[in-house]
Amino acid sequence: MSSQVILGQLVVGLINGSFYALLSLGFAIIVGLLGIINVAQGTFYMLGAFGSWMLLNYLGIGYWPALILSPLGAAIVGMVLERTLISRVYHLDHIYGLLLTYGLMMFIMGTFIYFFATAGRPYPVPADLRGGFDLGFMFLPKYRAWVVLMALVFCFGTWFAIEKTALGRTLRAATENPNLTRAFGVNVPALLTFGFGVGVALAGFAGVMAAPIYSVSPLMGGDLVIVIFAVVVVGGMGSILGSIVTALSLGLLEGLTKVVYPPGSNMVIFVIMLIVLLVKPAGLFGRER
Amino acid sequence: MADALSLAVADLHAFYGDSHVLHGVSLDIPAGECVTIIGRNGAGKTTTLRSIMGLIERRTGSIKVAGQDVIKAPPERIARLGVGYVPEERGIYATLDVTENLLLPRKINDRGMPLDDIYALFPNLKERRRSQGTRLSGGEQQMLAIARVLRTGASLFLLDEPTEGLAPVIVQQIGKAIELMKAQGHTIVLVEQNFHFATRIADRHYVMERGRIIDMIPRADVASQADKIQQYLGI
Repeated sequence: MSSQVILGQLVVGLINGSFYALLSLGFAIIVGLLGIINVAQGTFYMLGAFGSWMLLNYLGIGYWPALILSPLGAAIVGMVLERTLISRVYHLDHIYGLLLTYGLMMFIMGTFIYFFATAGRPYPVPADLRGGFDLGFMFLPKYRAWVVLMALVFCFGTWFAIEKTALGRTLRAATENPNLTRAFGVNVPALLTFGFGVGVALAGFAGVMAAPIYSVSPLMGGDLVIVIFAVVVVGGMGSILGSIVTALSLGLLEGLTKVVYPPGSNMVIFVIMLIVLLVKPAGLFGRER
Repeated sequence: MADALSLAVADLHAFYGDSHVLHGVSLDIPAGECVTIIGRNGAGKTTTLRSIMGLIERRTGSIKVAGQDVIKAPPERIARLGVGYVPEERGIYATLDVTENLLLPRKINDRGMPLDDIYALFPNLKERRRSQGTRLSGGEQQMLAIARVLRTGASLFLLDEPTEGLAPVIVQQIGKAIELMKAQGHTIVLVEQNFHFATRIADRHYVMERGRIIDMIPRADVASQADKIQQYLGI
């Protein structure tokens, strides 16, 4: 087996891992802060992608503005849903949050299928990012390198914001002990809405990034959420660093499995999840309670 | 001198789920006074403080902070009026280091104690400022819990058993901090099991039993009513 094939699959794995990282990062923030297992995370990814498609086809607004507008739009939709629906189940068992967001996912996806059918719609790679680099062992399109770079920038940025800033300090406190944090003058309900918005915006951003690669369809993101869930379980529920590191590693591992044993590549992430759950149930970076 | 806040509680009832815990508690504490709430375990002292802070969802009656009724207000609004809360379980965050714990409560005004003065009062905290909050000893955690509310400019303090389970030398240090709060003219409501400690600091003592205030003993009468107090506390 040539090292060319291995390196090539590793790069593909890194790109997939970048999407896993952006999505599981948002998922981890939401589950940590709100205690909501947001099954609709993949739906917000789809909304981000569709947002950029609509901006381009209905309003003639291109990729670069869409990179900001589309996640912002997804975040607004998410925050309205959090205020009107999701906040009503905080005091109930986690399963209700899961069921509610599952319902939201089915509703939003169904609505989009009704209006747009399931066929993928192409989204052009922005002109500035066409072409690619010859790495010797493979041809790397510029756009895919851009995806990896942005994922790394956003992951590091989010980690930094949470671990090193005043806002992050407040977010961590509200995650650990929401009621007491209110007694210190922090408007925790508003913070939860904001946190949900951030988590959703990250998914929407991943969606815009994905549009030129995977084409835009109401079904995109539907199966991705299962991988995201596995990533967050392996990394440790709610651990920000855990989800970033796990997402990238599992992406790479998936790529590697494609070389060694192709049929196993869809399964390997879940095998890892099973092993981690048996050996270290709190996840690799999780805190035992 | 701080702009201390008065606290007036009238006919306060509080519920945990279906159980009725407070049965018409009334307290009248003028600005700048230091009172304790004493009584046996389970009398409702902690619940009283939690209700004043807005942390008990089902509560009725009236709670006035500097004349403003806050019975319907969420905890963050009550805190922003200038109420500093030191919970019984100390409430130190494990995911925050000592400095982050200190900086967490929102500043209400600029009259709070500067960080340097806080570190001078509790040198241990300065030494351990990079440590994870819950790695501190029990005494250090208590210092941190008090230091945390000194910084914000709050001027009505609710302190829930700040000396519980601490070594005498640390109790002394905590006592010094509370005396300082008092000297600065703040209003203090202190829940305390350590009656010896309480009598040194407080102007008056409310006695609580089964969710009701059953007696009020001014400082001057403590010596003459020692027997009665011992009976109340079940010593």
